[in-house]
Formats: sequence, C-alpha cells, structure tokens
Amino acid sequence: MSTTNKITVATTWLDGCSGCHMSFLDMDERLIELAQKIDIVYSPLVDAKELPEQVDVGILEGSISSDDDLEKAKAFRQHCKLLISLGDCAVNGNVPAMRNQFKLSDVMDRAYRENVTLQPQIPNREVPALLKTVKPIHGEVRVDVFIPGCPPSADAIWHVLNELIEGRVPDPSSVTRFGA
Amino acid sequence: MALPATTPNVRVVTLTIDGRDLSAREDETIIEVCRENQIPIPSLCYLDGLSIWGGCRLCVVELEGQGRLFAACSTRVAEGMRIQTNTEKLQRYRRVIIELLFAERNHVCSVCVSNGHCELQWHAQKCGVDHVSVPYRQAAYPVDSSHEMFRMDHNRCILCTRCVRVCDEIEGAHTKDVMGRGSDCQIITDLAAPWGDSDTCTSCGKCVQVCPTGALVKQGTSAGEMVKDQHFLPILARRRHAQ
Repeated sequence: MSTTNKITVATTWLDGCSGCHMSFLDMDERLIELAQKIDIVYSPLVDAKELPEQVDVGILEGSISSDDDLEKAKAFRQHCKLLISLGDCAVNGNVPAMRNQFKLSDVMDRAYRENVTLQPQIPNREVPALLKTVKPIHGEVRVDVFIPGCPPSADAIWHVLNELIEGRVPDPSSVTRFGA
Repeated sequence: MALPATTPNVRVVTLTIDGRDLSAREDETIIEVCRENQIPIPSLCYLDGLSIWGGCRLCVVELEGQGRLFAACSTRVAEGMRIQTNTEKLQRYRRVIIELLFAERNHVCSVCVSNGHCELQWHAQKCGVDHVSVPYRQAAYPVDSSHEMFRMDHNRCILCTRCVRVCDEIEGAHTKDVMGRGSDCQIITDLAAPWGDSDTCTSCGKCVQVCPTGALVKQGTSAGEMVKDQHFLPILARRRHAQ
C-alpha cells in the first residue's frame, strides 16, 4: 500500500549475520509509526523480488565478501539516492574481514576440507565466488551515512532514520559506536 | 622526558584557553591546565603519573600566532598564550589520527575483550569517527600468551608506550621496550623474548592496567577461557559425609 509521499526504503544483507536487520525489527511498536512515513519496497523483510529503479534510501548490512555482495552494493548505489551502511560489518568489515589476514585458498581449505568428515570439496556451483579481500561497503561504493555497532541498537537505528525523515543530518556517533 | 618536581617559588602565568582567562604555574603543560579546568582534550599516550611521550598527537592544540599545531601534553604554558583546543581543523586532524590507528592494525571492537572499556573506541565515538576512510592494512600481528597471568595482543596495540613507561618509571623493572620502526614497530619484553620467559617481569600487572586498548589483558578474560573447575565438589562432599 504505497503512497506517493512516503519515503521509499530498500534494504539487503551482504556478508553479515542479519543481526542488524534483527535490531531493526527490535524497534518493536515504533515500526508501526515508521510504517506511516516509509515504504519498504525491497528487503529480506518483505516479499518484493526486485530492486525498484528509483529508491530514496538504501540500507546495507554486512561487508562485501563475494561477487554477489559487490553486485548488490553497486546496484544499491545506482538505484538509491541515499545509501546507509548499517552495522560494523558494513562500516568496517568487522568479523567477516578477519579472514583478510589469511590467503583465500587457506580459508577455503580450512572451511571445506580440513574441518569436514564427509566429501570434502570446494563449492563452485550456484554459490558466488569469494573475493580475495573483504571490504567495508565504502571500500567499493560511495556511502552517505554510517551507523556503526554490532549490531547498532534499535534506538540508534530509530534515531538515525528519524533524523533523515525530519530532513536533518544525523550524527550517528551521538548514539552508537564501533562494537556497540 | 620526566617533568621536574614542583618547586615552591614557581611563577604564575596568565593565558586564555578557548576564550577563558586562566592562570597556571609556569611549569605546567597545556594538557595539565586543561584537565584542572575541565577542558576536555582527547589523549592516548598521555597518562597523569607517567613521563611525557608526545607520540599519539591526539591532544594537538592551536596556539595563536603559531603556524603549526602543538601537542598539549608536551608544551609548557607561557605568559599571554592564547590556545584553541577544539577548532574544526583540530577535530578533523584528530579524526584522521584515530582513523589511521584503526587502519594500521586489527581493532575489531565487537570481538575484543576490551569492548566497552577501550579508550581508542571511546575517543573514536567522541571525535565522531563513524567509519575509517583509508584502506585497512590487514597485516597480521602476533599474540604473546606465554605469560601465566597476562597476554599481549599486538593487533590491538597503538604503540602509546604507557606499558613501557609504567614498567620502567613506576615498577622499576623495565621489562618492556620498543623495537623496530614504522609498521614493524612493536612492544617487546626483555630482548624480544616471549613474555613468559622473562626473568625481569615482576608480574605486577601495571602494564595491563594502563593499556588504553585490548592489547594488554589478563589471561582468562576472553569468552573461550571461561573454563569451570568443579573438581572441588566431590572431594568436599565426601569429606563432609565422612564427618
């Protein structure tokens, strides 16, 4: 039930744990108030399968670790007027980026050969290829707003979204931090 | 450079900090006067009680009539000094310093044992660092867990040398020092031997207490080390029944 004066929002998760989206849902009853002002047009939380041509606000959780992550980040940048990095993985690489200290082939061997008891093999079909280096979102595309935190609290997400809705420039550091 | 002990006949100077007229003893540094007057200046290597290092540069201030910035911890006050501690330029410089510290080694706050108790993390938030604009170096540094009570994680070290100074100046052991230059620079124990092998370390733990980050921690503080020991239970229970 989208109306023309609502702010359109798209979200997706890249290499993360989806905890930031869970934190988004933790806004609880405030989601109802938010739904009066925004329209979620594409997200793991809704049924839409395709990112619309033009979206007001894009929210990305997770870091860029694979071909698929990179493609999604580029698509969000292209189609969203304002892009938000949500959570530490998106903002600074966080836990996914801890593999950067190792060679990618060693990481794959560790996960799919050394620690398995049945049919050790590297998956190469129907899964996106991993990139050599895990990067935060702004390591690949321009990002407008950063909300650090692992995960950022529901209050922090609420604060930043409200500031944006009210047309103000949010100051995420007043409500959240790395590792929060 | 150790600060000299205060002498009774020291002169008083007047100066302004952020437009406030203040007086101070002439042997004080700018950061000491700021701390006395509740003027916040971020700092990492400076710690009241230790000698001055002047390495982190987070406490830089502007002095009127001077073309360069000065570290508040290593600059003495002078008569008529006009100091600015929080201009936009200083805020920008401080953000860059903090970003470079985060990019240099591996400060993953969410999985750090010092999460929520870290001065680097705290300053990042206070200075408005909500992301790091330079690429991360992603270099791996070793972790020394050889000491029975303490652990040194070089990934979290910002080379403030508080541990080196407290060990030398307060404990008097001088177990810790600095080795190497640039990205190879590292805190060492004795002549770069494993901490557990040190015969100069007194295991006093002062280094752990002054460390601003999660680089120096007590053993047993990470989640994986929370091993429960219930051997006492059957022994005690048997003895009670035997009575």
